[in-house]
Amino acid sequence: MSVLTVRDLSVVFRTETGPLSVVDKVDLSLDAGEIVGVVGESGCGKSVTAMSLTGLLPSSANVTGSAVLDGTELIGAPESVLRRVRGREVAYIFQEPMSSLNPVLTVGRQIGEVLRVHEGLKRRDARARAVELLALVGIPSPAHRVDNYPHQLSGGMRQRVMIAMAVACGPKVLVADEPTTALDVTVQAGILDVLRDLRERLGTSVLVITHDLGVIADIADRVLVMYAGRIVERAGVHDLFAAPRHHYTAGLLAASPVPGEHAGTHRLREIPGLVPVLVTQPDACTFAERCAAAEDDCRVQEPRLDPPGGSGHGAACWHPVRQRRGAAS
Amino acid sequence: MRGYLFTRAWQSLLTLFLATAVVFLGIRALPGDPALALAGEDRSPEALAAIRAEYGLDQSVFVQFGRFAWNAVRGDLGTSTRTGVEVTAMLGTALPVTIELALLAILLATVLGVGAGTVAAVRRGRPAEWLANGLALIGLSVPHFWLGLVAILYLSVSTGLFPASGFVPFLDDPVANLHHIVLPVVILGTGLSAVIMRQTRSSMLDALGTDYVRTAKAKGLRPRAVIGRHALRNSLIVVVTIVGLQLGALISGAVVTEQIFGLPGFGKMTIDAVFQRDYPVIQAVVLVTATAYIGINFLVDLLYSLIDPRIRVGGAAA
Amino acid sequence: MTTTTTVPDRGRLLRRLRRNPLAVVSFVVLTLAVLVAVLSPWLAPYAPEATDFGRTFTPPGTPGHPLGTDDLGRDVLSRIMLGMRASLTVGVLAVATALVIGVPLGLAAGYFRACDAVISRLADLMLAFPFLILAVGLAAIRGASLANAAVAIGIAQIPGIIRVVRSDTLRLKSLDFVAASVVDGAGDLWILRRHVLPNATSVVLVQATVAIPAAILGEAVLSFLGLGIQPPDPSLGTMLATAQQFAARAPWSAILPGLAIMLLALAFNVFGDSLRDALDPKGSTR
Ligand SMILES: Nc1ncnc2c1ncn2[C@@H]1O[C@H](COP(=O)(O)OP(=O)(O)O)[C@@H](O)[C@H]1O
Ligand code: SF4
Ligand SMILES: [Mg+2]
Repeated sequence: MSVLTVRDLSVVFRTETGPLSVVDKVDLSLDAGEIVGVVGESGCGKSVTAMSLTGLLPSSANVTGSAVLDGTELIGAPESVLRRVRGREVAYIFQEPMSSLNPVLTVGRQIGEVLRVHEGLKRRDARARAVELLALVGIPSPAHRVDNYPHQLSGGMRQRVMIAMAVACGPKVLVADEPTTALDVTVQAGILDVLRDLRERLGTSVLVITHDLGVIADIADRVLVMYAGRIVERAGVHDLFAAPRHHYTAGLLAASPVPGEHAGTHRLREIPGLVPVLVTQPDACTFAERCAAAEDDCRVQEPRLDPPGGSGHGAACWHPVRQRRGAAS
Repeated sequence: MRGYLFTRAWQSLLTLFLATAVVFLGIRALPGDPALALAGEDRSPEALAAIRAEYGLDQSVFVQFGRFAWNAVRGDLGTSTRTGVEVTAMLGTALPVTIELALLAILLATVLGVGAGTVAAVRRGRPAEWLANGLALIGLSVPHFWLGLVAILYLSVSTGLFPASGFVPFLDDPVANLHHIVLPVVILGTGLSAVIMRQTRSSMLDALGTDYVRTAKAKGLRPRAVIGRHALRNSLIVVVTIVGLQLGALISGAVVTEQIFGLPGFGKMTIDAVFQRDYPVIQAVVLVTATAYIGINFLVDLLYSLIDPRIRVGGAAA
Repeated sequence: MTTTTTVPDRGRLLRRLRRNPLAVVSFVVLTLAVLVAVLSPWLAPYAPEATDFGRTFTPPGTPGHPLGTDDLGRDVLSRIMLGMRASLTVGVLAVATALVIGVPLGLAAGYFRACDAVISRLADLMLAFPFLILAVGLAAIRGASLANAAVAIGIAQIPGIIRVVRSDTLRLKSLDFVAASVVDGAGDLWILRRHVLPNATSVVLVQATVAIPAAILGEAVLSFLGLGIQPPDPSLGTMLATAQQFAARAPWSAILPGLAIMLLALAFNVFGDSLRDALDPKGSTR
């Protein structure tokens, strides 16, 4: 049962130098209680995709397509509708737990704020709930920490506060945008544990955005690989690592040490060539410039995800990587 | 907290001492004999010697300074060499005028500046921003004493809406007091508000682009809460600094405003004293200015700690 | 080492300025004002001191006196033109004074950690000191004149210059190419002259553009109080001081010089803002 269904989502920014296409015809679906990973190099449009879902992009962004959350269309919905969705049905965790928390308000106040606006709690009740939520995300002595300011907490604890804030109203979808990137390796695993635990306990669907294949291997059920604003491959996590079909994915995997064992330690290494962050050629494979298997047709026609709209293993590639049998180690 | 107060206290004393000492020694190093100026008609050597002895001018500057400092500590700032009036008495009548003018003006400037700056940042690229920016630019470019003249011309002289000059102490007649002070406050306040507005706008724009404001929006807060509780509160840290730094501009502005509106305040007293080399009064003026500087810095620190827990005075860091 | 600069290239800067109508308008107004000021001794229809007691207080629009005459029958237009010349002179002199002292101090504060605390504290103290008291003091000691007014105003502007130069130096110091020179064993002074100063030019330019109108306003205040340019030399500030006595009778003599000051200052401020925007790497997307 799909909680969130995104079809043909495109984002174009109006800039000083003309329109800039950043996200192009993205399809995505998220089932209840599922953890889907979106992986891709920095600047490929992951965050913009996530922010566009609830209208969080600046007004210079033109968002088209559709994103249906439990029967409600979000793209183009009025601000009043989106405000009720944000923080209550779709909640976010961002990369920098320090700068994402307001330095001049206590964490209890910042968590309580969500409950007060969406559930109409009184200040005292919101505070009591904030203490419970801090306990839920594994913060020791929550009754004391609730009155702390962000600068009094460690990075990992701050990220737990962000998570507590995000799950306060029991959202249907939790978007975790690089939730562990800014954290120490030792702290990363703990944060991923909290996310997994919340999925079990609250049944929340999680969209994990990262450029770290280790995180994907650790936590995701399914994976979407994004390149230059497009989804180029969609697969179950095991299929992806065992048998990548898109040449970009294959390049990523080849450039990374074997993931899984030391979860979170392997960052995506740059694969050779310039990273085109923009969707430059509308009628071509955006990866053609860097692809060893590129042929003429790759430059004149855009490959679409195959099979379109489904959830099986598919790649947007005219000449997919041939499967090496038994090479899944 | 105690450590903070201790540091603050000795820094303040040092500032007071230095400011007073520099000015005290400085004005005595200037060419021109104050005894001559004091003597008036009778410039016989005997008369001059008598004056020097009376004012202690025959002693070394260090002895003079020591005596001045000791008297100042006991609340005696000497008497004006021009009028023979006690300096403390002069301050007693002049300071209330200027303090009232300055407080009301800075209040007006802050309300206008922070309000317009916030609107300009939030309504970026819309007519409201253009209006606020334009007004601030005009505010920076217009000679405010001239605005005062024009205001007197059209609001006092022609229409009689406001008195053109003079001052009535608040305790004597509050209504008349306010009636006299309105125009000067508006002129001085709007002058200072342009700088505050531009600073507010730019730090609000910074704040609106921060991650925590994104978080606040992503929580589903209303724009009012995002701006007021999250963005504005943080940008006020910078704004408080700027308001604190307006002391110099405030005193300069008060001097001119008092001149135009004929207010018998501290500014007028200062100008007269410097022009007439009235040493005791000049020293008192410097002492008062330095004290105001110290007081305002202390106030700014307190405000910081109210706004920003990271610099809470004496607060325990994690 | 080809990328030793962070200054946006001149072509791009000019393009950005040309695209901004406010920048164009303010630049044109500024150019005209400067031309009028510089050429005023030749352009002005009358000698600014020439009195005509038969024609005192003629209103604007009178043939021969487009902006009227003052209490002594002097031509207001001519006096405003020469007054603008005086204003600009003080503005430029004052800012030059402030730059000569402020730029080295700002560089030192930003570059040498040891100097920073002392210089910055000093700048804060100066900022708190009322500039008018300084100007009054200077006038009392050395006499009221255009030059002394310019010096007093210039001194008052030093802290502002120190602040912007200091923060830009801090920024530049952390950039790769400067760090690379340090590694190459270049001396501090060489780095400051070769790398930091040229790159700090743009912030200094912007600061100067907004300091000049502030100095112009300062001159007006000082001359108005009798502490600046002395009569009968024309100055917009002294014109206002005289006009104050006759404002009810000849309102134009009180209004026009003020408008001239405002126009001049506004043109500088608007152009300074446009320049700042055009130099801002974040551009209009900020
Ligand atoms: N407000 C904006 N205006 C113009 N371009 C933007 C804006 N926000 C993001 N972009 C561009 O969109 C692209 C994708 O950004 P983002 O989604 O943040 O990448 P990432 O995959 O690292 O999260 C980047 O090239 C970025 O420069
Ligand atoms: S479509 Fe062509 S260029 Fe693109 S990844 Fe596949 S083979 Fe390479
Ligand atoms: Mg991102």
